[in-house]
Amino acid sequence: MARLSIQEKLAILSDAAKYDASCASSGSSKRHSRDGNSLGSTEGIGICHAYAPDGRCISLLKILMTNFCIYDCVYCINRVSSNVQRARFTVEEIVWLTVEFYRRNYIEGLFLSSGIIKSPDDTMADIVRIARILREEHGFKGYIHLKTIPDAAPELIEEAGRLADRISINVELPTDQSVAQLAPEKNPATIRSAMGHVRENIEASKEKTLVKKRRKKFAPAGQSTQLIVGADDSNDAAILDNSSRLYGNYKLRRVYYSAFSPIPDSSHILPLIKPPLIREHRLYQADWLMRFYGFSAPEISGVSDDGMLDLEVDPKLAWALANRHAFPVNVNRAGKQTLLRVPGFGTRTVGRILAVRRYRTVHYDDLVRMGANLRNAKPFIFVPDWSPGHMTDSENLRARFAPPAQQLQLL
Amino acid sequence: MIYLVQIEQPGLFGKWRDNARSLLGADVHPDNIIWKGTSSTGELFDSVTAPPPKMPDAELRVPKAFLSLANSVICHNDPQRFGMLYALLWKIRSAPAKLGDVSDPLVSQLRVMEKTVRRDCHKMKAFVRFREIDPLPPCDGTEHNQTRRRFGAWFEPDHYIAERTAPFFARRFGDMDWIIATPQQIVHFEGGKLRHEPGGERPDFGTDATDDLWRTYFTHIFNPARLKVKAMQSEMPKKYWKNLPEAALIPGMIAGAEERLRKMRAAEPTVAPARAAKVKAINRQRADKA
Ligand code: SF4
Repeated sequence: MARLSIQEKLAILSDAAKYDASCASSGSSKRHSRDGNSLGSTEGIGICHAYAPDGRCISLLKILMTNFCIYDCVYCINRVSSNVQRARFTVEEIVWLTVEFYRRNYIEGLFLSSGIIKSPDDTMADIVRIARILREEHGFKGYIHLKTIPDAAPELIEEAGRLADRISINVELPTDQSVAQLAPEKNPATIRSAMGHVRENIEASKEKTLVKKRRKKFAPAGQSTQLIVGADDSNDAAILDNSSRLYGNYKLRRVYYSAFSPIPDSSHILPLIKPPLIREHRLYQADWLMRFYGFSAPEISGVSDDGMLDLEVDPKLAWALANRHAFPVNVNRAGKQTLLRVPGFGTRTVGRILAVRRYRTVHYDDLVRMGANLRNAKPFIFVPDWSPGHMTDSENLRARFAPPAQQLQLL
Repeated sequence: MIYLVQIEQPGLFGKWRDNARSLLGADVHPDNIIWKGTSSTGELFDSVTAPPPKMPDAELRVPKAFLSLANSVICHNDPQRFGMLYALLWKIRSAPAKLGDVSDPLVSQLRVMEKTVRRDCHKMKAFVRFREIDPLPPCDGTEHNQTRRRFGAWFEPDHYIAERTAPFFARRFGDMDWIIATPQQIVHFEGGKLRHEPGGERPDFGTDATDDLWRTYFTHIFNPARLKVKAMQSEMPKKYWKNLPEAALIPGMIAGAEERLRKMRAAEPTVAPARAAKVKAINRQRADKA
């Protein structure tokens, strides 16, 4: 095989990385290089340096170290049984690309994952070495996200955590059965124990020691995971249940949902219909409701009989439509938790309502100014100068919001 | 008496603040001041005006929120901004609560200007692209650390924000020397020191071979199965495209997306490479042992 140039490798190994949804670079500790001897900074909020025509933010150099892989996960373009062209970066090449891209202000940092070569430990050791050279030899203070291989030795995962801003371990699929079926070499129990281990390390790093000094940093931007939606037949109820367990048990910062995307040279086991992107979007909205609005997974997915989120209206509106007995809500009296459940009221709107209410009555126009989406909220609230009358219970309320039915796309 | 105040770059905020302090100290009503920025023209009033009073010791306390508002608004390209900020200062002197009253037309106008400037700054931090000036010989795997490497960028923001964003770039690119040139202002960072001068024509920073690698990355990280052109354009408005090395590729990427998908669908399933069976057998053995 002819030697590939760095440009050819970059093409192959960014192609291979694009199915990972996460590109976040926010929420880490603050650092800078004003001392003149180092490079890079993180200031809390990550920056999107470009947007691809798929609408996704490009904030990190997101690449695979190699797309050679000894595993055979059917949904993955890199599985051993695929005929995709293979490439492998050297450790030095990745370090060089990261630093040079960073210096030109293309990126916030590096998001590195890899196919598994030789053994999980060998692969993980190389990943860690890249992060170590960046930090120690180049004084690199930009953002580093390392995708961790769950079967790798705990010492390696620990070192990864000390060097990186974020650690992620993908759970890949919503249920253990699906993992067994579609990612036969992966072991859900190992994945969970690795996540538990990372959680312990993160928590230990936050505890103050006796001398009141912070312990050594460990993944200050936390731990995340990704799962693929639509490659198996799990319904949204199962997915959200799984996420709520992940948030609860492993204190994950984020769960990413990636709509199964048709891949070149795909396996015949996979569904032929491309799941609508809107399903992924609804899952993110539902996820948001669980994290910031006090909804439980069963409440959200219990709205429908088949455990699937409504694709036509957002999950909060769907919940309100199914729970009309709880509405309309008195905006000037209702508690915070109740207000948060009103469609069209975001956390910020609710905060503003509570603030204003302390010294005067809230009227309809105030809500407009506070940024509420009144098209959605109107049927579910009353204020002194607005009452929905029988709108709340009207038969055709749903029709006001649902756009004309949309057909699934055939792949 | 009409006072004429000229605010020159760099250091717009400091110069405006010093003048505003003196004028307020001398109780000069906003209507009696003509504020002029570098870009304003017309010498119409010069014959009837006087230079602003000097009151170096004047002390002035303002709410913190005013400072952050003024620091942003001063970067706006509206020539009226100096006078508007002074008018607000005049108002809040007797009624500090005015600052939070968005139903006041002046306050709400200034808030909008503040937002605009903030967004412009944010986009500048995102879309400045450095090119290396006189690069050292290309990659042999090690970085050349002997001297500070030099980079230059040309960026066209809507407002006077190069000075305001400079500390961000200094914190981020601490070990390099760089220039960021904009039509309004130019920032130099040399040996760890920031220096500002008024803007000008686009300097020639040459080309940078790494831009090709970045373009390669940009095209390949894009997933043609998820075209969302509107989402992209609202975040990366076309006005920035001309200085982004990757942007020229976008139309072609959009046009080619359908075709790439069609090919992917049409492709016959392939037979797994011979290696696959062997590797999988080894994996199974390992799993059984474990
Ligand atoms: S382990 Fe599975 S998901 Fe990861 S690269 Fe290999 S085949 Fe793909």
